[in-house]
Amino acid sequence: MEEINKGRAPVSQKPHVIEKPKHPEYIGGSVKIQINEKDIVIPTGTTILEACRENNIHIPTLCHHPDLCVAGVCRLCVVEVEGMRTLQASCAFPITAPIKIHTSTAMVRKARKHIIDLLLSEHYGECYSCFRNNNCELQSLAKEYGVDHYNYGHITKPRFEIDNSSYSVVRDMDKCVLCKRCVRTCIDLQEVGVLEAIDRGDLTHIGTFFEKPLADVICINCGQCINRCPTGALRANDPRDEIWAAIDDPTKHVVIQTAPSPRAAIGEEFGLEPGNSLTGELNTALRRIGFDKVFDTNFTADLTIMEEGTELLLRLYKALVKGDKTAIVPQFTSCSPGWVKYLEHFYSEYVDNLSTAKSPQQMFGAIIKTFYAQEEKIDPKDIVTVAVMPCSAKKFECNRPEMTDSGFKDVDYGLTTRELAQMIKEAGIHLPEMPKSDFDDPFGNASGAGLIFGATGGVMEAALRTVIELITGNKVESIFENANILPIRGFEGVRYVELPITEVGSVPEILKHFFPDWNWLKGVTLKVAVAHGTANAKKVMEDIKAGGKFSECHFIEFMGCPGGCLGGGGQPIPTSAEIRAKRAEAIYKEEAELPIRKSHENPHVTYIYENFLNEGPCSHKSHELLHTHYVKRGKYIA
Amino acid sequence: MFVEEKTSLAVEIESLVKKYGNDRSALLTILHEIQKQHRYISDYAQQEIARHLNIHPVEVYSVISFYAFLNSEPKGRNIVRICRTVSCEMKGKEALEKAIERELGIRIGETTKDKKFTVEYANCLGLCDVAPAMSINDRVYTRLTPEKAVQLLNEVK
Amino acid sequence: MEIKKLERNGKIIFSEYKRGGGIIKALSMKRDEILFELKDSKLKGRGGAGFPTSTKWMLTAASISDEKYIICNADEGEPGTFKDRVLLSEYPELVFDGMVIGGYTIGAKLGIVYLRGEYEYLQKPLEDYLNEMREDNLLGKNILGKEGFDFDIEIFLGSGAYVCGEETALIESLEGNRGEARNRPPYPVNTGYNGKPTSVNNVETLATIPHIILKGAEWFRNTGTDKSSGSKLFSISGDCDKPGVYELPWGTTINELLDLVEAKNIKAVQIGGASGFCYPKSQFDRKLAYEDAATGGSIIIFNENRNMVSVLKNFMEFFVEESCGQCTPCRIGNTKLLEGVKQIEKGVHTFSYINKLRDLGKTMQVASKCGLGQSSPNAFISILDNFKDEVLNYNNGGANGRN
Repeated sequence: MEEINKGRAPVSQKPHVIEKPKHPEYIGGSVKIQINEKDIVIPTGTTILEACRENNIHIPTLCHHPDLCVAGVCRLCVVEVEGMRTLQASCAFPITAPIKIHTSTAMVRKARKHIIDLLLSEHYGECYSCFRNNNCELQSLAKEYGVDHYNYGHITKPRFEIDNSSYSVVRDMDKCVLCKRCVRTCIDLQEVGVLEAIDRGDLTHIGTFFEKPLADVICINCGQCINRCPTGALRANDPRDEIWAAIDDPTKHVVIQTAPSPRAAIGEEFGLEPGNSLTGELNTALRRIGFDKVFDTNFTADLTIMEEGTELLLRLYKALVKGDKTAIVPQFTSCSPGWVKYLEHFYSEYVDNLSTAKSPQQMFGAIIKTFYAQEEKIDPKDIVTVAVMPCSAKKFECNRPEMTDSGFKDVDYGLTTRELAQMIKEAGIHLPEMPKSDFDDPFGNASGAGLIFGATGGVMEAALRTVIELITGNKVESIFENANILPIRGFEGVRYVELPITEVGSVPEILKHFFPDWNWLKGVTLKVAVAHGTANAKKVMEDIKAGGKFSECHFIEFMGCPGGCLGGGGQPIPTSAEIRAKRAEAIYKEEAELPIRKSHENPHVTYIYENFLNEGPCSHKSHELLHTHYVKRGKYIA
Repeated sequence: MFVEEKTSLAVEIESLVKKYGNDRSALLTILHEIQKQHRYISDYAQQEIARHLNIHPVEVYSVISFYAFLNSEPKGRNIVRICRTVSCEMKGKEALEKAIERELGIRIGETTKDKKFTVEYANCLGLCDVAPAMSINDRVYTRLTPEKAVQLLNEVK
Repeated sequence: MEIKKLERNGKIIFSEYKRGGGIIKALSMKRDEILFELKDSKLKGRGGAGFPTSTKWMLTAASISDEKYIICNADEGEPGTFKDRVLLSEYPELVFDGMVIGGYTIGAKLGIVYLRGEYEYLQKPLEDYLNEMREDNLLGKNILGKEGFDFDIEIFLGSGAYVCGEETALIESLEGNRGEARNRPPYPVNTGYNGKPTSVNNVETLATIPHIILKGAEWFRNTGTDKSSGSKLFSISGDCDKPGVYELPWGTTINELLDLVEAKNIKAVQIGGASGFCYPKSQFDRKLAYEDAATGGSIIIFNENRNMVSVLKNFMEFFVEESCGQCTPCRIGNTKLLEGVKQIEKGVHTFSYINKLRDLGKTMQVASKCGLGQSSPNAFISILDNFKDEVLNYNNGGANGRN
């Protein structure tokens, strides 16, 4: 399963490592306990909460999250342990002795009810005016414990200003219950460190450095905090109103592109189990909502592979053949805007390692407002491009001033999976019941390589499929069964793969003007790595800084979010390693069934290189439209 | 903030880090020293400290906001703390407080215009047997009367 | 300060002691002999919780680690407590000797005094005193010629947070974090400062130990009651003629204590500071002891003219501000209790709501994460219970004119 980073949180928030007791009775590392009069044997060190859950005993929790280390602050999970004067937080109590636990005594029930009452008394606002209505942990707890009125009053005036300075994340601290999941996400899981508890006592709240607006601190917009917030205190900056207005405006031609991860997860918003991909259904629903065209972001993912792959080969050629010291390797992927901003802040001296290729979202925006507008004879100023992304950082990305190469704002709105689900519901559509349909031409259905961009390792796998075939002339299938490059898959935080190039083929026509032959690659061992979640990215970056093995890599895929895009900050709530694994399964399953599974084999890609970007990848024109530059932001907060 | 000021502060922090180490456990000691020297810990100082200790600036800010004796905003040159705990309250804290407020023309929690005094409450100075008590900077004064307290303030430079 | 050291007298702590005496004796003993002597003395922690000191030291001594720490908890923040101030300013030899003995017994090389920020003026004299000890080889390498026993003491200045008196919050603070209590288990005796076994002891506990080592457990047990052996320092303030620090045997009744400090017309006594209980006149025959009216030493006396509602308000304001704010029952619970007191003050309360708050207080006592939240409703509940008429009918002349 996914490696969860334990980070640097104070010990009070860390899980406890319990040494095996020396008493002979426990030699096997197990201990016999009693929960609600029932005898149970569990491994020593299991927490009370784990023991209860494994035995189907429900314990309510709020500050506990499976991705995060223990906090033990909400106190909802308290239970009675015989012989102890006070109630114990079951999430934070590792069992090392044969204790007797009672999970539903009068005292326990009363305590939990009191805690819910207290949280509600300071929880400003009403459920029906909250985007988390019906998907709120506090609301569920109130229902579970039969709260039918405010026992200890209810706050009537807001105490905080809503911070919507950021394009991506909106903070409404009046809804915060101080579970500190966002703090643990930001400092521990992602190691970005924007949010912390500020002040103490009744003034305690979650804040930023000097209470600055989120846009002014080093937030990378990954939105992981949103995914783990139990209430509506954190949400994405929602452009639904503007999009509806564009749809309703007959002079506007509104096109939408959908990324693979939202398609694999949006079913969860409609009550489906995680792991059901609804690509075809979504296409139909989007047309019914009123989008004029529905495109597949995977098309530009394929294009990204061509551009980024060529860029990589060019860098390697420069470095290996020409001995050019300015050729910077390893090349880093640039499709995750959370990761890009992370690098710009924390390792700004390495921005030149980033591939200059834009992310698929931004490439598509530029292509739509140029090539597509031209082909369809629509004035690009009348085109509104919407991108459905699993991501909150994509909202920031499309607002970067650099992203206007078409002469317009390339992508007008980034929409998260959650927001799209909301729009579909508003249109009265129950998504799972929709008939399936295909994507619109001229971009049609893309390759499977683009599809697997959604999972960590996907970009690398897609790139390798293309690069291997372009270089060796052999089919990937001759090396990896079914073209599934399994070593690069999985959820391990950092993965490293070496691929020796033993034979080379002839250079394809499209690249001939760059490379006379591939002989210089013969005998080279291609070293690639994959990291997901910025905490893991940090490990790799520190290794590179120290001149470790990752500095020898040629190409590294970085994703800002744990699990890659499918675990993005715009995806349905809740999230967990299990849910992310199911989404990945859905993506790989859908991909395996596609007829075309390599970017360079996508006929639409070939078409665009023949008819629009006719000088090939990394040409002047493609640089103009499909490539970008980065900002050395640094860490200083002004 | 002027560039020179920043640089001298950076040098100062560097020497403190050298003295107390760059482990997080040195944080409070370093903050104390900066607080003592400058009467507050600026955003620049906080970021410098965070950089040296390899923690996030918001963590430094969070710690400072937690402790009553550390602050992120400039205060007066002299910090007056009036003990508000019950024993002092019983022995005339209110009269003391009112007298000081009148004399300085500010309320508790505020700083005088000339930045000479900041007056705050303290939660028990541990001088309950000789109440009421207050402290001016790191000196404590006991068995105060309003007159005596005001006189003490007048003696401060 | 006011009362000179020479004027103090008491059977144990304030009895005669010469610097280093306890250390010399301790170093002639084996470590388990010291532990058994302490066990025999039945010494319990003087900070208020009353955990047996010998057990704490035994657990720390038994933990296997190359690094261990002994921490002197001098974050004396409980309203009405000032005994540690007296000990540190007048009897540092007792405290530091106690720490050296502790270091020897549990196998620590470093002792840390967590001195509350409010006592900053004690830091310099204490540092000077430590230097003297170093000169006399009471600290440093091979102390008093004992091969391999290296021990030193550092002073760490707190920054104004009452909650740091809680031992795990204190350790968090030492490590440079917010003073937020940790989850337990594990306990500091296994996983304390820097993750190493750590014994956190109150100033007074440490100051008692050199005497026990010198004069023996039996001598110590001769004072006090069966369950509360020895004597206790009481910090007495409020409505009395002779406030100050007194050493009295455990088992002294409240009445005896009031006579001693010449307190007259007394209505109530708050025992244990803001986090303690408030006793009415009818209970003044109760004994100050772990088994009866337990306390860390703070005694605040209220005469008949005092208004218990404003006393309670003062306490609750204290907790609202000093709660670390991490756990729900303490952070919001105390705010609610304070709101209730303010309602009483304004006369807009209902009996049923105040009862609901009392009920909430009961939850806070069992569900809060640390001792602060668990003890913060004590004053609310005890004042409400013991002064019901006065409190609930405040502002309308008392119940049936009885007030």
